[in-house]
Amino acid sequence: MSDSTPGAPEPTASTSTVETSEPAWRRVLRGPLGRNVGLVLALVLIVAAGAVTAGNDFTSWNNALVILRQASIIGVISIGMTLVITAGGIDLSVGSVLGLASIVATLDATQAFVRESHWVVMIIIAIAVGITAGFINGVVIAYGRVAAFMATLAMLVAARGLAEILAERRTLIVGSRPFIDFMNADYIGVDVLIWIFIIVAAAGWILLNRTTFGRRTVAIGGNREAARLAGINVNRHMVWLYLIAGLTAGIAAVMMLGRTTAGTSTHGTLYELDAIAAVVVGGTLLIGGRGTIVGTVFGVLIFATLTNVFVQNNLPSSVQAVAKGAIIVIAVLLQQRFARRETRT
Amino acid sequence: MRTGYGICYVAAMIKVDQDLLRVRGVTKSFAGVRALKGVELDVRPGEVHCILGQNGAGKSTLIKVLAGVYRHDDGDIIWNGEPFQVSSPQDALALGIATMYQELDVVDGLTVAENIFLGHEIARGGFTRQATLVRRARELMKRLGHGSLSPTTEVGQLSAANKQIVSMARALSHDIKLIIMDEPSAVLDNKEVENLFQVVRELTASGIAVVYITHRLEEIRRIGDRITVLKDGRTTASGLPAATTSTSELIHLMTGRDVGNVFPPAAPIPADAPVALTVENLTLPGRFENVSFTVRAGEIVGLAGLVGSGRTEILETIYGARRASAGTVRVGDSALRPGSVGSAVRAGIGLTPEERKSQGLIGEQPIFVNVTLSSFERMARAGFLDERAERSVTREQISALDLRPADPDRPAMTLSGGNQQKILLARWLVHGTRILLLDEPTRGVDVGARSEIYGLIRRLAAEGNAVVVVSSEIEEVLGLSDTVLVISDGQVLSTVPSDQIDEHGVLDLIMKGAAA
Repeated sequence: MSDSTPGAPEPTASTSTVETSEPAWRRVLRGPLGRNVGLVLALVLIVAAGAVTAGNDFTSWNNALVILRQASIIGVISIGMTLVITAGGIDLSVGSVLGLASIVATLDATQAFVRESHWVVMIIIAIAVGITAGFINGVVIAYGRVAAFMATLAMLVAARGLAEILAERRTLIVGSRPFIDFMNADYIGVDVLIWIFIIVAAAGWILLNRTTFGRRTVAIGGNREAARLAGINVNRHMVWLYLIAGLTAGIAAVMMLGRTTAGTSTHGTLYELDAIAAVVVGGTLLIGGRGTIVGTVFGVLIFATLTNVFVQNNLPSSVQAVAKGAIIVIAVLLQQRFARRETRT
Repeated sequence: MRTGYGICYVAAMIKVDQDLLRVRGVTKSFAGVRALKGVELDVRPGEVHCILGQNGAGKSTLIKVLAGVYRHDDGDIIWNGEPFQVSSPQDALALGIATMYQELDVVDGLTVAENIFLGHEIARGGFTRQATLVRRARELMKRLGHGSLSPTTEVGQLSAANKQIVSMARALSHDIKLIIMDEPSAVLDNKEVENLFQVVRELTASGIAVVYITHRLEEIRRIGDRITVLKDGRTTASGLPAATTSTSELIHLMTGRDVGNVFPPAAPIPADAPVALTVENLTLPGRFENVSFTVRAGEIVGLAGLVGSGRTEILETIYGARRASAGTVRVGDSALRPGSVGSAVRAGIGLTPEERKSQGLIGEQPIFVNVTLSSFERMARAGFLDERAERSVTREQISALDLRPADPDRPAMTLSGGNQQKILLARWLVHGTRILLLDEPTRGVDVGARSEIYGLIRRLAAEGNAVVVVSSEIEEVLGLSDTVLVISDGQVLSTVPSDQIDEHGVLDLIMKGAAA
């Protein structure tokens, strides 16, 4: 691929020939596939462990769907989180916003309105709540110059509180049967929840890798000041990013309503941490500048599969939490090792 | 300087067979790329040994090998007559080798004393002994001729020059025999450089050897004893006398070619060339006031002034990166919105910032992403990137500017300073910018590549671009510009054609301006 201009003396050409002469396996490792080799390996290991310990209960198609269903809600949130983290931000509020959106969409007034119109209204309302919260986050962070960690921590607390006030300590039931039926249906043998995750992940991948939006995101995460001085409107872009994170929280709320048929103020508790863990394990740099949707999907699947293996073996969830923690640390350690090699220091 | 040289020379005569450091045929590769291909270096106690070489010659790698950051692949290093076995910076320090990197490694939030003893705090039972710490720090600062600097000052409040002194004091707090300084003068103005030299002389007088890395030949003349030249990872000459080796020989050794006149001749500006940029009464309180000038298409205007005179701030304000409190910037006939970079970029202004690493480039990203950073949106179709087109315009710029390596996918941070500067120029050329604001275009660029950058800037002007150049090297401003603005304390003291003033004249104006 080294296009040296013909005729021009090329003292550096020798460097590139040296590089191409490195072993083929190493070049494969540096490619897009190689970057996820560790994740594939980890997933294979966990699946193998599941197959050995739980046998057919684990390896069935049905169980695969259970795992994917489990992964889908955190998965959708993680896609938005990947974009925010790639730009060097963080959103701690997504779990709470999910809870708030689930409540607002199941309030008596909303349900009454839904009965008179259509259940799609419920979806629109949940998503609107997510977008609004994300927009507020973005404006406070970008234009108010509040640290993202603090601004979204405040939103985490406030959204959960508002959800509790609105719910009046009740669990609010989704009144629309067609909505529940739709959300729990399956197409080509795959649940709607899983389809939503697939669609959101695909959209996220395209957005990050193929669009100017994605380029801006990576540029801002890689060097915010350089991006600003190159003429990119950094503040406006950050608002969009948090808005998208809020949007994914809203979508996740709709999925939650479909799965549980109810809205409660505790929906989504600690989901932000699961999402961040999945994103970071997937290989997105917490300091920004490098993000991978494929990695995030792997991260989500690794945790969901791990949970499933533990459930199948009737192990307590506390043991599972310890295992999760260990995986996060190991994954980050391995990544740093690789990153260091890549930057040749 | 002469006497300093003499003392070192005598010292060297006595210990002529006792080199402190002897490097023989050292090699080092990274992922198949050989950064060092055979380096030779002898350092004697008490000498200032200068290392010259273009960016990419292997200076930084060599330093890091000596500092214990990297381990060399092959070759011998003899330290004090014994094999050099170092696997960490701590090991190197224990042997008596301290390193001062270009990016100063002081902690802003700690005091001077805490910084000096960072990592080897004087403590008893885990509690630091503050009083001893401060006393020892004061002694060290005094030894460096900066006794007035209080050890309890927070380092974040110090100037770059004083941070450097702190960094040096930290080195001296260990029992060192060799101190490596990587371009220590890059962040200093003329007066501070004098101070630095004073300190270096004191160090060598006490028998400490200094390995001094710089791009500036005139510094080597003044402070250096001997010179070792690196080119492409190899030593091309070692142990040259610093005082008598001719400049043309040094440049030849560094570049492998002869360098004639460094500054290219200015092309006459056509009489009917339109005014491209008009700056009127621009004011940023506390930084500069009432700055007015115009730049015509094809003209290079230089801003000459010392560090802190407001040069950089003027450029940044024109560009909208800072918001002026008064005054206007006009491109052609239309005024720019103050404080809006977007407005400036759309009007066709481009800035190459002073700090390439932190303000200019996205280091991890490939060359083409950096080159198209201001134009990828325009090249995209309906929001979707056209990376094929981006690579292709990048290749055009690569060959037009002779950017190396000629691979659009190479990460920007792996390039030398001169080539990184070319990326920034290419960014604006791709964007179709007609007004270039260049802040320190040759900082961290080695001598050989400098003349290339100068030629490039001249060419861009000849093609009808309006250029504003800021540089802390007055010689550079004068050699490059058609018109010079002398700036001191945020005031434009004088606007003169560059052929009617010399370096002396500029400094004279600044001194008088400061007195007035």
